[in-house]
Amino acid sequence: MLKILKYSFYEMIRSRWVFIYTGFYLLATIALLLLSNDLSKVLISMTNITLILTPLIGILFGTIYYYNSKEFIQLLMAQALSRWSIFSGMYAGMVIALCLSILLGIGLPFVFYGIMVSPDLPIFLLLITMGCALSIIFSLIAFLIAMKFDDKVKGLSISIFVWLFFAIVYDGIFLLLLLGLKDYPLDKLTISMLVLNPIDLSRILILMKLDMSAMMGYTGAVLSKFLGKETGIIVVSTSLLFWILLPLWRLFSIGQKKDL
Amino acid sequence: MKVILFFILSFISQSVHASTLDVCSTCTYMDIESAYSKCMVGDTMLIKHGEYKIENWIIDKAIIVKGESGAHLISASGDEIITVTSNDVTIEGLTFSGVTTNYLKENAAIRIRKSRRFLILDNKINDCFFAIYLEKAKQGSVINNLIDGDASSDAASGNGIHAWHCDKLKIINNEILHHRDGIYLEFVNNSDVDKNHSHLNNRYGLHYMFSNDDTYTENVIERNGVGVAVMFSRRITMKNNTFAYNWGHAAYGLLLKEIYDAEIIDNHFIENTVGIFVEGSNRINYLRNEFRRNGWAIKFSGGCDANVIKYNNFLYNSIDLVVSSKLSNNTFNDNYWSEYTGYDLDKDGVGDIPHYPVKLYSYIHQQVPESVVLMRSLFVDIINYAEKVSPVFTPKDVMDKTPKMKQL
Repeated sequence: MLKILKYSFYEMIRSRWVFIYTGFYLLATIALLLLSNDLSKVLISMTNITLILTPLIGILFGTIYYYNSKEFIQLLMAQALSRWSIFSGMYAGMVIALCLSILLGIGLPFVFYGIMVSPDLPIFLLLITMGCALSIIFSLIAFLIAMKFDDKVKGLSISIFVWLFFAIVYDGIFLLLLLGLKDYPLDKLTISMLVLNPIDLSRILILMKLDMSAMMGYTGAVLSKFLGKETGIIVVSTSLLFWILLPLWRLFSIGQKKDL
Repeated sequence: MKVILFFILSFISQSVHASTLDVCSTCTYMDIESAYSKCMVGDTMLIKHGEYKIENWIIDKAIIVKGESGAHLISASGDEIITVTSNDVTIEGLTFSGVTTNYLKENAAIRIRKSRRFLILDNKINDCFFAIYLEKAKQGSVINNLIDGDASSDAASGNGIHAWHCDKLKIINNEILHHRDGIYLEFVNNSDVDKNHSHLNNRYGLHYMFSNDDTYTENVIERNGVGVAVMFSRRITMKNNTFAYNWGHAAYGLLLKEIYDAEIIDNHFIENTVGIFVEGSNRINYLRNEFRRNGWAIKFSGGCDANVIKYNNFLYNSIDLVVSSKLSNNTFNDNYWSEYTGYDLDKDGVGDIPHYPVKLYSYIHQQVPESVVLMRSLFVDIINYAEKVSPVFTPKDVMDKTPKMKQL
């Protein structure tokens, strides 16, 4: 598995697209840092960019990467290797490369700018962690989709739709639910809807840390109470873990049976 | 006329004969009480360096009480230190401390009771329950004082400068921190509050109740529970003030409740949760103010009529404007909105299409406060854009027909 991981990782970091991806983050972060002297404002802008981009790139990259390495996977299948180690090795190599581009692209400019000694350090760490978590989750979903559908066009369009659903449609349904049920107490619904979508969860975690909670009035108070408590932390990490473990288990079970 | 002349002359003759009484451990007068008993009208009591335990000192003669540096009056058992009941008293250069919380009496370091033409200058008042308490006082000034309290909760703390039933006061250049309200004015008319710095107070930086015809200018009000609250008052002029960093769950830069005929001109509202919160206030002119990076710039609650919002800068607020009910007869003109995305083909500096400052999201947020969790979500940006292109839900009458293209 480690050997496959190494191969796939080297292949990824030699790829032009990973360079472009890293370069984009580098450029965006440096430009924002140069334009604005206020670290927390830059963090807000980077949050907006990261929350849209990491899931999208994660899911597109994952799908394309799987389709492109299909022949390599078929070749590996002919060797005395377990299917589990092939799939997980390929996946791990790719996701490490993606997380590395986030770490370098966003992390390096901030570190040089002196984030390590600024009071915004926890927000920065949260932003990086959430970026990596979203990459892990969405590229995993991408692998699943690509394994399930052999047709490239179908797989890619489903990937895009899944991103669209989590990034936009989900929030629309969320808003409609809130509007429709506004006569009832909504705290529990709000929190559970937030926890169920990794993008929303990341966004709200960062916003709460950015002291936007003051703007959120009563809901903000309920949320910060919930997220501040130990149960809240457990629920948040369980939700993120669930989003990793469930696709991983599906990946495993599909991988065992899949006829390549 | 003759009577006035007589009074003026007699006052001048008094001051000519005025003498100075020194108080210190090696002076003629060892304590304040003995010096005060010898004081004549117009005399100056000079209190030299040292700590003096004293309380319930009633000044009923027109004298000048002056402190050299390090003159420190400490309340003996936590009761009031000075009560002034005479006209024309000056208290200058002293340090006060030790007045403790008392729920029956509103103990203050300096209390002015029913007197005129007083002057409280250059004092330091530390950790007192109320610092300066003006009660039915008129034509007096409170200038250059540093007032630092130790407020913990709203109920157990007093106000920095508390004025009740006063007229023609001047409160200038004071710094007030760690009290309940920095400056509190109730039934105070025709007064000026200028150049004060009120910060870190528990409740309000500056608070008007039932007060008319007052002006406050060039004050800096920051990091209080609520910046300035103006309630049930008429004809208040607010100019050149800075309201900044009043940030929290119920924090406002400026809170207006039942205010009529006010002028809000050239003020700066910077990073408050709500810049101005308005409730039931009519005929107010908001001119040339700057709203920068607030959560909400202006939040109109019910019943606001005939307000004019002109020549303001709305810069990078999360939400520029919220109106709860139908706003009738309010004009929004010639403002600069950083959110404005229109164009100016004829290059006259005015946008060619009107700006609708109420976003769909702020409308939804008004209906369902819980929807705030969707702030900064991509979906919200999309519906805001759709609504901006063709307004359906947001009030069509709230619009700026002549939005400026450049910051004013």
